[in-house]
Amino acid sequence: MAEANGATGQPLLEIRNLRIEATVFPPGEKPRDIVIVDNVSLTLQKGKVLGLIGESGAGKSTIGLAALGYGRGGVRITGGQVLLRGIDILLGGKKGLRSVRGRRVAYVAQSAAAAFNPSHRLMDQVVEATLHHGLADRAQAEQRAIGLFRKLGLPDPETFGRRFPHQVSGGQLQRAMTAMALCAEPDLIVFDEPTTALDVTTQIDVLASIKEAIRDTGVAALYITHDLAVVAQVSDAIMVLRNGKQVEYGATGQIIHQPAMDYTRALVSVRSIVHAAQQPAPTPLLEVRNVDASYGGSSTKVLDGISIQLSVGQTLAVVGESGSGKSTLARVMTGLLAPSRGEIVFERKILPARLVDRSKDDLRELQMIYQMADVAMNPRHTVGKIIGRPLEFYFGIKGDAKRRRVQELLDEIEMGSGYIDRYPAELSGGQKQRVCIARALAAKPKLIICDEVTSALDPLVSDGILKLLLNLQKIEGVAYIYITHDLATVKAIADSIAVMHQGKVVRYGTRSEVLTPPFDDYTDLLLSSVPEMEIGWLESAIERRRMDSAGH
Amino acid sequence: MIGLTLTIGFVLIAILAPWIAPFGNADVVGDVWEPMSGKFLLGTDNLGRDLLSRMIYGTRVTLVIAGLATALSFTMGSILGFTAAVIGGWPDQWLSRGVDLLMSIPTLIFALVVLSVLPSTIPVLVLVLGILDSTRVFRLSRAVAADINVMDFVEAAKLRGEKTPWIVFSEILPNALTPLISELGLRFIFAVLFLSALSFLGLGVQPPDADWGGMVKENKEGIVFGIPAGLIPAAAIAVLTISVNLVADWILTRTTDLKGGRGNG
Repeated sequence: MAEANGATGQPLLEIRNLRIEATVFPPGEKPRDIVIVDNVSLTLQKGKVLGLIGESGAGKSTIGLAALGYGRGGVRITGGQVLLRGIDILLGGKKGLRSVRGRRVAYVAQSAAAAFNPSHRLMDQVVEATLHHGLADRAQAEQRAIGLFRKLGLPDPETFGRRFPHQVSGGQLQRAMTAMALCAEPDLIVFDEPTTALDVTTQIDVLASIKEAIRDTGVAALYITHDLAVVAQVSDAIMVLRNGKQVEYGATGQIIHQPAMDYTRALVSVRSIVHAAQQPAPTPLLEVRNVDASYGGSSTKVLDGISIQLSVGQTLAVVGESGSGKSTLARVMTGLLAPSRGEIVFERKILPARLVDRSKDDLRELQMIYQMADVAMNPRHTVGKIIGRPLEFYFGIKGDAKRRRVQELLDEIEMGSGYIDRYPAELSGGQKQRVCIARALAAKPKLIICDEVTSALDPLVSDGILKLLLNLQKIEGVAYIYITHDLATVKAIADSIAVMHQGKVVRYGTRSEVLTPPFDDYTDLLLSSVPEMEIGWLESAIERRRMDSAGH
Repeated sequence: MIGLTLTIGFVLIAILAPWIAPFGNADVVGDVWEPMSGKFLLGTDNLGRDLLSRMIYGTRVTLVIAGLATALSFTMGSILGFTAAVIGGWPDQWLSRGVDLLMSIPTLIFALVVLSVLPSTIPVLVLVLGILDSTRVFRLSRAVAADINVMDFVEAAKLRGEKTPWIVFSEILPNALTPLISELGLRFIFAVLFLSALSFLGLGVQPPDADWGGMVKENKEGIVFGIPAGLIPAAAIAVLTISVNLVADWILTRTTDLKGGRGNG
């Protein structure tokens, strides 16, 4: 069949009825096999990009790795075929796989920082696969790598390879990893969430250079991500996955403009929360006045002259990239870090700078929710104990009354009964975050600081959390300081916005003020870097940026 | 499983000693170094006392001293270790450097010096063994607690305004139990060995009572004449340490589940 189609018609990669299983060891039960990927088929032509999209646990990375004939940690490929140029790589045995991996199929991992060996120079790692497979001698391979560094827009391509992984930024490292994959001139690259861990402003550069490199080298790619807007920029076709099964498979335009399945439609319309912004009240609930802060008595200011206000029952979003000082601001407000200058005014009285000097009531009225819900709860405490502790600690509620109140709170966060005696490990990611919200609510606070609370969650789950937060705000009248790097969320829920950059508030005002032009340079960069669900957005964004820099 | 059976066996022997021993602990009932026979199952010792009965009473002495010393070292070491990690700063520095100082002196020599000044009674032995062992426990629990102390849930507890005892006992202790329990087994073994060494040198349990180490000492001359009376308590020490070690390993493999919750199995 494949021969009859001729060399041009034969797909580069064809996966037929792939089935992948793993053995799980549930507590208190016999080990059993579960199906991770069930009956997935796809084809990929030379030079094309296929996007695999789905929530965590959808099996997208597992499928990506199957293209290298690899099963991670006890995962077994139990059925189907993986045809690379018409030859099933699963039948080649270990030796066959070795000749495929790194040479014909390469892999780009999500966390480049963890994927590079910190004790070797970048160049040695980039050319390693090429040398190992004997595709070029060292001088040739290094020339090739330098060419790739240049193509991927890395600084000083001639000397870049002499650096160690810790000496370059996260975005650069991710591009170096792409260079590593491309160096052996493979037929196919598997990109596993290459931009997920990056800031939006870095993401756009990495995306653009990945897309350019794919176009120029004619390599085919599987692009795995959970962000539909990102995948729409780089891929020709998209496969939507859920629970290891294919939901929808079609051309990019069709998937984002005319999705056929409900689940795809939900993914496309994510972040469509409607929230009317409120005007700030005359007297603020919280006022941060000219706060400076630094760590360990050093002279580097992590926060520099921060002044913001927040009204009762409203949401202030603090937006910025990593390193902008937004989490440090939260630490100052909670009292974990005493500011070196300035003060925090809460309900018209100045809060003591240090945590130990604050009264129990001060602490109660200002609660915090963390990004990583699983480490924010003691793994050895049950949900009932976690939510019940603030009740007991602040209000002295004990016994049955406490249990009843915990159940009320669980109802309020839409979890219902049956969870009170569970441990955090027995909850899903979204449920864990809900329990953290309930713990904060139990203290009856006036202000909750939300530190990137939805960043670690899948889009649909985080949508649910955001809706819950807005709903609770209406019921309880609590104010939020919402710290995030995600502008899309901010647009959805904020009443006022503070944009932070290198420890300073560069733009601050009500939502409409901040999001209406004219913008300052940084806000413009931030806003224009948020991927939109629209084909060709990436090119136009890059083009706009070029014109801007030419105009300056 | 073998380890658990043997360990439980030793504990039962220790508890039931007065009822199962055929003769009294210090009664001279036969000739010196009689061979094993129907009357004296393990023979008699250097003074003609029944070796089996002395072994059974010795189990009691050994386990009680080592057990109490381990309990003392754990209570002291872990509470001080956790507190040092949670409070940090100067108290942590003072405690840690103090422990370093204590650990830099070879324990056996330190114990010999202390015991040659103080009387070798059981409370003194327990105190010396416990305090010396607690330095090791302090090190471990401080390291474990320092790891847990930086987790968000501890920060959340601090933000709630919780006091240090709550953070130590409710937030940190449940998460530090697994490494501590396996350490408990190891420290107990070291206490047994240490006590035996002290008794063998004559500074441990004083006659007519004897732990196993003391019994090796009493009967060591007999080995030259081919009499096994000195080897039997030595073998008992070996069997006890190995079986407790097996139990500690077994607990460790069963509970190594860093995710928390109910653990696997």
